[in-house]
Amino acid sequence: MSNTNGYRWHDPIHAPGGVGARIPKSDGAAKADGSGIFTDDLSFPRMLHAKLLRSPHAHARIRSIDTSKAEALPGVIATLIGSEMPARYGVIPWTHDEQALATDHVRFVGDEVACVAAVDERTAEAALRLIEVDYEVLPALLSPQDALAHPEIKVNERAKVGNITKHVSLSFGDVDGALSAATARSHHTYEYAGNTHAAIEPHCAVARADADGNLTVWSSTQIPHYVHRELSRVLGLAPARIRVIQPLLGGAFGGKSDPFSLEFCVAKLALKTGRPVKLLFTREEVFYSHRGRHPMTMDVQVALDADGRIAAVDNKILIDGGAYASFGLVTAYYSGQLLTGPYRFGSYRFDSTRVYTNKPPCGPKRGHGSVQPRFAFEVALDEAAAQLELDPIEVRRRNFIGENVDTVNGQRITSNGFLKCLELVESASGWKERHGRMGRGRGLGVAGSMYISGTAYPVYPNEMPQSGVLVKLDRSGRVAIFSGASDIGQGVNTLLCQIASEELGCDPRDVTVVASDTDLTPVDLGAYSSRVTFMTGTAAREACGKLRTQLKLAAADKLGCAADQVEIELGTIRSAADAAKNASFMQACQWAEAREGRPLAETGGYRTKDIGEGKLGGEYRGGTIGASPAYSFTAHIAEVEVDEETGLWRCTNVWAAHDCGKALNPTLVEGQIEGSVYMGVAEAQLEEMSYTASGQHRGPSLLDYRIPTSLDTPLIGASIVESGDPNGPYGAKEAGEGPLHAAIPAIANALFDACGIRVRELPFTPAKVLALIRARDEAQRGAAC
Amino acid sequence: MLTLPMLAVHQPKSVDEAVALLRDIPGARLLAGGTDIVPNLKYGMYETGNLVALRGISRELRYIREEESELRIGAMCSVDQLANHARVIELFPSLADAASQIAGPQLRRMGTVGGNLCLDTRCVYINQSHFWRSALGYCLKKDGTVCHVVKGGQRCVAAASNDTAPILVALGAMVRLVSPRGERIIPLDDFYIADGVKNTQLARDELLVEARIPLAAARLRQAYGKLRLRQAIDFPALNFGVTISVEEQKVAALRLCVGALAARPALVRHVDELRGRPVSTPEEIRALGQELGLRAQRQCKPLTNIGVDPEWRREILPVLVRRGVERALLS
Ligand SMILES: Cc1cc2nc3c(=O)[nH]c(=O)nc-3n(C[C@H](O)[C@H](O)[C@H](O)COP(=O)(O)OP(=O)(O)OC[C@H]3O[C@@H](n4cnc5c(N)ncnc54)[C@H](O)[C@@H]3O)c2cc1C
Ligand code: SF4
Repeated sequence: MSNTNGYRWHDPIHAPGGVGARIPKSDGAAKADGSGIFTDDLSFPRMLHAKLLRSPHAHARIRSIDTSKAEALPGVIATLIGSEMPARYGVIPWTHDEQALATDHVRFVGDEVACVAAVDERTAEAALRLIEVDYEVLPALLSPQDALAHPEIKVNERAKVGNITKHVSLSFGDVDGALSAATARSHHTYEYAGNTHAAIEPHCAVARADADGNLTVWSSTQIPHYVHRELSRVLGLAPARIRVIQPLLGGAFGGKSDPFSLEFCVAKLALKTGRPVKLLFTREEVFYSHRGRHPMTMDVQVALDADGRIAAVDNKILIDGGAYASFGLVTAYYSGQLLTGPYRFGSYRFDSTRVYTNKPPCGPKRGHGSVQPRFAFEVALDEAAAQLELDPIEVRRRNFIGENVDTVNGQRITSNGFLKCLELVESASGWKERHGRMGRGRGLGVAGSMYISGTAYPVYPNEMPQSGVLVKLDRSGRVAIFSGASDIGQGVNTLLCQIASEELGCDPRDVTVVASDTDLTPVDLGAYSSRVTFMTGTAAREACGKLRTQLKLAAADKLGCAADQVEIELGTIRSAADAAKNASFMQACQWAEAREGRPLAETGGYRTKDIGEGKLGGEYRGGTIGASPAYSFTAHIAEVEVDEETGLWRCTNVWAAHDCGKALNPTLVEGQIEGSVYMGVAEAQLEEMSYTASGQHRGPSLLDYRIPTSLDTPLIGASIVESGDPNGPYGAKEAGEGPLHAAIPAIANALFDACGIRVRELPFTPAKVLALIRARDEAQRGAAC
Repeated sequence: MLTLPMLAVHQPKSVDEAVALLRDIPGARLLAGGTDIVPNLKYGMYETGNLVALRGISRELRYIREEESELRIGAMCSVDQLANHARVIELFPSLADAASQIAGPQLRRMGTVGGNLCLDTRCVYINQSHFWRSALGYCLKKDGTVCHVVKGGQRCVAAASNDTAPILVALGAMVRLVSPRGERIIPLDDFYIADGVKNTQLARDELLVEARIPLAAARLRQAYGKLRLRQAIDFPALNFGVTISVEEQKVAALRLCVGALAARPALVRHVDELRGRPVSTPEEIRALGQELGLRAQRQCKPLTNIGVDPEWRREILPVLVRRGVERALLS
């Protein structure tokens, strides 16, 4: 089965087209009418349903597990415990600290302990209650401060020092000197609460072992390749025996970019029972799997010189990691490395520590690692600028780092459309007329940000391509693209159709995309770090470009002109000199097939080392982490209304402008901007992973964990800026994650404009806002006396 | 997915048959729109293998009509119908307002008035999966012995969370209850009891057939108030209905009923002292609202059973009540 369902573009207002066209998403109709096949829609004869037993304790040692009663329950076919696949794994090769099922140590309420496969879910659930686990309860460390204070209690044995997953300390320039010489300074502590992705589709996996001993795993993952690798290592099965397929996905946002216990369990149970096995998480289990935004405590100093230039930035960051590392090693770096644009920093220092705690593991959520420090920094910048009576937009403009420059930490910025972004939101919001003049309880705030378009290097070091695409055409005029990339809603499959259309002249509706199937498609590392458009797009352009040459050569022969005189445009191929000499795309394919005398198929790949000037990143340990072939830039202005009597507030408008390099499909870019703004507003306003004193998630449901409804969502004015990156495909960079960052500090700064309060703790609950308003009144009264 | 326990669903053809089924099948529970009971069943909150579905008799129970100087609302009216009914909007705008703020559009079409009035109480420690509650060690309301909200508490204080109840109490509504033994008509205020385990005096074989509001209550100045963090979906973090009878520009009678702060919707006491207060100017109205708000604040104690900061809810209660009074009297 491949991910080719539902290609129907019936909407006549959307003309087909290549790069830059607003064609609808290739799977949009299937998602809307319900015909799309998600993992949970798969069903096989004799399929079993599996359920996971989870730890009720935040921290405990497992003395013994007895599954005999569960096995005796009619309808139960097999049980599974950790000792049957004890190998440790993890998405990052340096931190293999997870087990599919705990063998002897559980680290949070919800950690997986055992699994049951039964004829239906109800029986499997009943069987879970019959499994007897003897726990020795251990003291739980629920905050990073506690975890640091108690190195003798080990949350995760893999930590070399105490409970520290990773500590990074980097300094660039004379920070202390610049701090003491500065004219304006802001120095405060910021608290960013943890939050999660809340993708609508819960995680699901199905496995089937065939009679020849081959295993297929369908999973709602955004990293089929890493799942493939880790399945092989944990099951002890050659990768050539395992096939991983990602069906249509109902949202991911980073929450599906780790291998999860369910994938290992269904695979093992399928091998054990010889029957297909499915495991679908409940919503509650999605919260336990988490991998969402890390809580961070940030002690931030921003210092400006008399001209308002950023002289120094110093950030000490404590990161609450939860029970496993996930991408945590990268998180520790990203929390510092990605802050150094769009502004020039005179000097910079950060010290970041990610700590294990007895809570669900944090990981990469949209804007991985950098959303939290961006919030703190942009608020501090506003505050310092206010001391100089500098307009918030002006201070950002004045500090613009420019194009084709290196950041203070040695990252190479190529294209940079940040000034244009600022200009667009400034005029769209009416900033000049309105900022500072909207009266009590209403205000505007601005913020900027930058993000990567992919990490320069793969998570496991190797020289192989990071993305690969294979394109095949034939006499029918149908194009097939085999792509390893994961379409997780960002629309890469649609972009592939557009790139094919651009290069080959085919109608994008005549393209089949066979995606994310490790047997059929070239390897792609997955949908994370905003790498897909940039890297897969580059690979696709290369493969299609080779075929374009073949079409042109064949057409030149037939049309009687030179190959460089052949023009390709949607649906036709013609002589530039004489438009009457033309042929259809299908005809051109037939000529090329005949001329080549072999099937028409080409591949394209992406490796960072093949583009631009080669090696990226600073010349120091960790200098390549956060190095990206290109950076996107964003500016937001948010408008808020505050009810000063209750602290209730609303974000009514967000104007967001994003430099994505080139919008390969403007509708999709706008969708990404809107979705990002939505998610940012959600984090500012409502979302929080909150735990009881015993470490239990307070409300692992979409009723208690509140995400905004459409009524709570501001009007969003999305603008696209195209700076045209020299290295990106057609100039493209990224749009999936960057536009989230600035929303949160823009709102915080708007709350200042509205009420004169500085919110430094997320989410900005009405209770906190009211307390700050009261404190403000108190201070004013004090000043009046 | 969370599974439902195995259930037999009985489909009576009349109210009499329904209550007979309740009488004859131990542990059987009524199923109306199912928007409350189904999630609770999935969470393992009830030990039952039998549901008595009211859908089949909705014709008998789905009406809004004026009779004997009362507005009578059948139990199987959907909340959406109530919110959009022209006569309801005209006579009791505060009730329509309350209904329109329940959950979201889909749930309002499924959810019924009877189900809303008989809604189970809610608490962050009980509306959770069986696994979650087992990890916590359960609580008084089901399977356990302690309360996590009131330490050492012997009584469940899970919150009455229905949006129509406070305003119906404030409007002086009655409810008609039918059991195999016959019927009784009691004030809605008496229907509720302050026990989070079961907060109504409904017998286990009794069915709420209709709510009745005296048409005379249409003369009352009225308002509904609801605090929620999102503009849809959320149960009340605090809600109230206020009704004021104004004669010669003075308060002649006043009722304020608050919900979500205790196991039952509660009338604020000692409000008779506010009789005779002038309400002819915005300032006077504001002063009345403030006074009433402070009384409510003194009598109500928000608890941690709702996942919204109780201290903050207590602090802003007077503001919300004052604004309710202003809405009632200024519009
Ligand atoms: C996400 C979500 C949000 C919600 N938000 C709100 C909200 O904001 N405000 C609010 O008030 N409610 C809310 N609800 C609860 C619910 O949707 C409504 O209260 C609805 O009106 C309940 O009616 P029902 O017919 O679905 O009840 P059911 O679930 O069918 O029944 C509820 C209870 O009442 C009993 N019952 C039903 N009918 C009768 C009767 N005629 N006589 C005696 N007993 C009866 C049932 O046995 C059951 O115990 C929400 C529910 C969900 C799932
Ligand atoms: S109030 Fe106490 S007893 Fe009642 S449901 Fe909540 S925790 Fe349980």
